Amino acid sequence: MHRLTRVFLVLMLAFSALIPFNIASAQESDDLRFVVVTHGQASDPFWSVVQRGAEQAANDMGVTVEYQAPTTFDMVAMSQLIDAAVASNPDGIVVSIPDASALSPAIQGALDAGIPVISINSGYETSQELGLMLHVGQTEFEAGFGGGQRMAEEGVTNAICLIHEAGNAGLEDRCRGFTEGLAESGGTVEQLVVDLNNPTEAQQRVEAALAANAEIDGIMALGPTGAAPALMAIEAAGVSDSVSLATFDLSPEVLQGIQDGTVLFAIDQQQYLQGYLPISLLTLYQRNGNELAEDIIQTGPGFVDASNVDQVVDLIEGGTR
Amino acid sequence: MPTSATAPATVPKQDDRLKPSSSLRRALLRPEVGATVGALALWVYFVVVAGDSGFLSMRGTASYLEVSAELGILAIAVSLLMIGGEFDLSIGSIIGASGMMVTILSVEYGYNIWFAIVIAFLVSLVIGFINGVIVRWSRLPSFIITLATLFIIRGLTIAFTRMITNRTTLGGLEDVEGYESAKSLFGSNIPVMGVDFPVSIVWWIVLTLIATWVLMRTSFGNWIFGVGGNEQAARNTGVPVHRVKISLFMLTAAAAWLVSVIQVINSTGADVLRGTQQEFFAIIATVIGGTLLSGGYGSAIGAAIGALIFGMVRQGIVYAGVDADWFQVFLGGMVLLAVLINQFVRKRAMGGR
Repeated sequence: MHRLTRVFLVLMLAFSALIPFNIASAQESDDLRFVVVTHGQASDPFWSVVQRGAEQAANDMGVTVEYQAPTTFDMVAMSQLIDAAVASNPDGIVVSIPDASALSPAIQGALDAGIPVISINSGYETSQELGLMLHVGQTEFEAGFGGGQRMAEEGVTNAICLIHEAGNAGLEDRCRGFTEGLAESGGTVEQLVVDLNNPTEAQQRVEAALAANAEIDGIMALGPTGAAPALMAIEAAGVSDSVSLATFDLSPEVLQGIQDGTVLFAIDQQQYLQGYLPISLLTLYQRNGNELAEDIIQTGPGFVDASNVDQVVDLIEGGTR
Repeated sequence: MPTSATAPATVPKQDDRLKPSSSLRRALLRPEVGATVGALALWVYFVVVAGDSGFLSMRGTASYLEVSAELGILAIAVSLLMIGGEFDLSIGSIIGASGMMVTILSVEYGYNIWFAIVIAFLVSLVIGFINGVIVRWSRLPSFIITLATLFIIRGLTIAFTRMITNRTTLGGLEDVEGYESAKSLFGSNIPVMGVDFPVSIVWWIVLTLIATWVLMRTSFGNWIFGVGGNEQAARNTGVPVHRVKISLFMLTAAAAWLVSVIQVINSTGADVLRGTQQEFFAIIATVIGGTLLSGGYGSAIGAAIGALIFGMVRQGIVYAGVDADWFQVFLGGMVLLAVLINQFVRKRAMGGR
């Protein structure tokens, strides 16, 4: 027993010293393998749709996809996951870039290793700076602009842009786009900042704004967390008939509101595409050398309104919207 | 003479109690042995499952060593504190606070980054000191005291950051004064066979050696084992219990500071959520490394190896081609396996005596 243990330990050591570090990745295979690294945690319903899109694309294309994300919103851990993905030498990497400074070095490492990279969801500017193949996502300004145009079509002329997170650059871009989109047909927009963590106060703020300006006939909430108190404020002020509410992003409350007719429309960034498209495009790139001329595919703004809400609700249950 | 040369192989039968224990057996009694065997087994496992997909490459090795190094720096300090019989759950939030302090002071207020790093160090020490003083003064378990400070520090970090910058993430550190020299100490890379190994690995190894030396060779090390094993007995033999424990809390805070500086230098910025859950990962690494939760027994090398195991699992599943959904299952399984092997080896080694 004694001797055996000793022999075992010695063998282990010899083993670890002898195995050369460069036998790796000599694997010859036709199977394409892609790694998706995002900041979306497993429990986030938004990101599970992205993951489903990527997996469906892998099925359809006959390739392998691995989905990685840190267990918490941890950019250091995420950049280390990208490092590992690069070292595993895949045929392509798909990343989201919520923090340019923390993730750029790791992504640059992928490019240096000659791995094609497509960014999704957030980080279009960084994607351009690094010279990535493509960005697949919704740019905030354009989404806001589309929302503004759509509201103008519905006859809104004086709107409130409801910001639920002061200082969030993405939300400010949405608001700017919305303002310009509405301004195209002569509408005006005023901004209102509310506190995300205090829905009661937010509701009262909106009520006060509605009372202060009777001309207001539209509210654009920048997310479901802003839409819920806005909806209550409209009802409490008794102006449901004259004030239209729209919002960014989908939530059960928002969909219910659209079905009930209290919410006009929701802007949908169709994140399923952010999972599906990069995998199919990387496959085409590797198998056929195809590359798009664009550097961005806009997956939004898509609109969910009374005309398609029932279909969307069904699809959400299937996990693809 | 030919006869004496073969003598050690045929030691005459003698009283069991006088039998000198073999150096292997003595080695097997060390707390870190189980973890070492576990780490080797895990390494072999990944070599078999994922050796051809990059785990064995230099780049793959660098990637898991980097994860291990950052956790290891924390785990070494945590192992000393746990041997001393206390917990510190606030270190994760100190990473966030300290990193944000460095970034705000240098990016937002234009101070030299070295000044910012020193201020963050002093503040971290003060936090550690306060943790220690409250624990000693209240006589409450450190688990609950530092759980409270975890939330307080994280909350203060978010509140102050928002108040000062209106944001929750802050970048631009690469342009501040002194960044290059700070990078050479905390964030440079050492090329080995054409692959960059981050300097944090050196910090990890050096701190492991220092901590081990302190534990094994100094009277302060004896005091740590003493206050963790039996506080009353330690006090009776003249160990300054308060001072030892408070300085251990300051040590874990300082380790959190070091990790935060390495992270902000590498990522050229900070966000308020940095370090979330690191306190638990550090405790996991320490326990895998053979340190007892009850205090009085453990080792710093073990904690470093525990961190190595964590890093291999974290990065290894990428090479093994497993989806992130399974990471936590994998991690839990590996922790369980490592602890069981640990237990088995220790019992086996003790059993013969």
